[in-house]
Amino acid sequence: MARYILRRVLLALPALFGLILLTFVLTRVIPGDPAATLAGDAATPAQLAEIRARYGLDRPILEQAFVHVRQVLTGDLGSSIFSGRPVMEEIVFRLPATLELTFAAMLLSIGLGIPLGLLAALNHNGPVDHLIRIVSVGGLAVASFWLAIMFQLLFAMEWDVLPLRGRSDLAYGAPPFHTGFYLIDSLIAGQGALFLDSLWHLILPAVTLCLPGLASIARFTRSGVLEALQKDYVLYARAAGYGRFHLAAIYVLRNAITVTVTQIGLLFGALISGAVAVEAIFDWPGLGTYAVQAILSADYKALLAVTLVVGVVYAVINVLVDVLQALIDPRVAEDIR
Amino acid sequence: MAISSGWPIQPSAPSGAATIGQPVLSIENLSVHIGPARILQEVTLQVPRAGTLGIVGESGCGKSTLLRAVLGILPGGATVPKGAILFDGEDILTDCAATVRGRIGYVPQDPYLSLNPVFRAGDQIFEVMRRHAKGSRADHKAKLIELLRAVQLPDPEAALRKYPHQFSGGQRQRLLIAAALACDPALVVADEPTTALDVTTQREILGLLRQLTVERGLSLLFVTHDFGVLAAVCDRVAVLYAGQVVEHGPTRAVLDDPQHPYARMLLACHPDRATDLGGIPGTVPAATAQPPGCRFHPRCPLARAACAEAPPPMLPLGAGRSVACPFHAEAFARA
Ligand SMILES: Nc1ncnc2c1ncn2[C@@H]1O[C@H](COP(=O)(O)OP(=O)(O)O)[C@@H](O)[C@H]1O
Ligand SMILES: [Mg+2]
Repeated sequence: MARYILRRVLLALPALFGLILLTFVLTRVIPGDPAATLAGDAATPAQLAEIRARYGLDRPILEQAFVHVRQVLTGDLGSSIFSGRPVMEEIVFRLPATLELTFAAMLLSIGLGIPLGLLAALNHNGPVDHLIRIVSVGGLAVASFWLAIMFQLLFAMEWDVLPLRGRSDLAYGAPPFHTGFYLIDSLIAGQGALFLDSLWHLILPAVTLCLPGLASIARFTRSGVLEALQKDYVLYARAAGYGRFHLAAIYVLRNAITVTVTQIGLLFGALISGAVAVEAIFDWPGLGTYAVQAILSADYKALLAVTLVVGVVYAVINVLVDVLQALIDPRVAEDIR
Repeated sequence: MAISSGWPIQPSAPSGAATIGQPVLSIENLSVHIGPARILQEVTLQVPRAGTLGIVGESGCGKSTLLRAVLGILPGGATVPKGAILFDGEDILTDCAATVRGRIGYVPQDPYLSLNPVFRAGDQIFEVMRRHAKGSRADHKAKLIELLRAVQLPDPEAALRKYPHQFSGGQRQRLLIAAALACDPALVVADEPTTALDVTTQREILGLLRQLTVERGLSLLFVTHDFGVLAAVCDRVAVLYAGQVVEHGPTRAVLDDPQHPYARMLLACHPDRATDLGGIPGTVPAATAQPPGCRFHPRCPLARAACAEAPPPMLPLGAGRSVACPFHAEAFARA
């Protein structure tokens, strides 16, 4: 098992290295001439040359790439072209905000999706199954920005039961920074009211963000359970006296979940990209809003940092998913060379 | 009775109701339909106490369906319009079959597919024992380790902690035989338990099954399409064609001198395996399109009008034999 985990980690490294190179290429291609962006429209050729020299943009491209990789590996992501502040400073505050939102959405997707999928499988082709199918197809089809606005209209403006935007009320402000997760930091600081307030603020964005993932987790769980129920080992277990409910809900769920778990890695990618829209609508101070600002202001340093950080988090999540899979199905750790 | 293992065998009969002369399992006029398909028709069979009965027939003739009826695990959509299954005199078809689970051990066809890959082999067997065997978990463990020794699985203690994929096919079938015996059954049913294994392993597993059932005084209901296997394991045999029993009797006698036209033709073309009657006209009917009367009549050289009217009754031939053909004594026209 330890060897399996080590191998998964080592396999993730080349992908991360590739990501670093890719960000380099992208940041040199996407904004056009970075020097021109930096200097502004009214810059003279002399000013442009000066900026090129300052940022090393006049060096040979390979040398620039080398410098880029070295900087990233030492954790130096440079300073925002827009504000001049080190981008890492911004990321440290914004990454936890996004993670708090995506983890909450992920927990909802998994925590509701698996039982719903199971329920649908137990009620195969019955009314509950159809209802869940309709709702989950709906969950996939409805655009999250539309849903987010509907939720805001209903819950925040019409009924005024949930907050409209932000991570907490202005009256409470932010808890002292430890992890950057408000739910955790408020508990560390012993601020119970702030904890509840943060939780309150988390509900609408997390529910909006979780729906597409919930739908696909429910569908994968349903088909996984139905498929596993066809297996010979289920027939054998029935002959041994397992009841129908025990078979579907407990015995076979572990087999079914192996498929569902592979979805979690993909789900995380979907959540991060979904977070861009959801954060913008709910005014959530996370990486998504930061990325939007960076794109609008052509702040390629900030964009690069966001891409890298998201890539690293994605790689870590996928390693965790691989480990989780090996824990559920012992064959996984042995099958891979 | 010689018992090699350390624990006493539980008496297989729960009450005075069952006596030595009564068969342990008695299937009476059993018909099974799955949707429109009439899979089994009026099957009547007995498994003698401490005896072995083999069911032989081509694939698709309903052998597994018969065992699933006995085990109470017929597929969804199956109906039983007719018949009874008596286990120790108790009707297990209409009563809750769960009461006899544990008293009927099951050795499945495919040891590779019959254990759940994500649970430890030992835990899967303990779960069955927890449901049906007396005693504590420690008793179960001691007993299972004894059984794993009896089925000659190396290092039983370690085997309990392994996952199914860490065993070979033969080892898995040994595990499943141990599992089938774990709750002190009176009857073991086995569905082609060696088809998925290579020839050498096949022979070992058959020997083991035979030895364990004899040692423990168990009854065995054994399904196969292989006459060699049949002869090695079973005292008595029933030949099945398209869901009907066509012949029934002591194995040697039936194999040496088959009476039913189907059995005669089958053994003449395939002396070792029940596979389709190669050169003989016609094919096995589809389960949804069974001919009326004797299901073999469209292919039978002895057939006449009466054969299409009603299924022929089993005619006793003496010496424990019977055949479902009133014309069995006739010679084939072209033979
Ligand atoms: N679950 C099922 N649904 C519909 N038909 C089935 C099912 N299981 C078996 N059958 C049909 O029943 C017949 C007998 O199958 P089976 O009992 O498996 O035969 P055997 O074990 O002798 O090969 C076949 O025609 C098969 O197609
Ligand atoms: Mg079969």
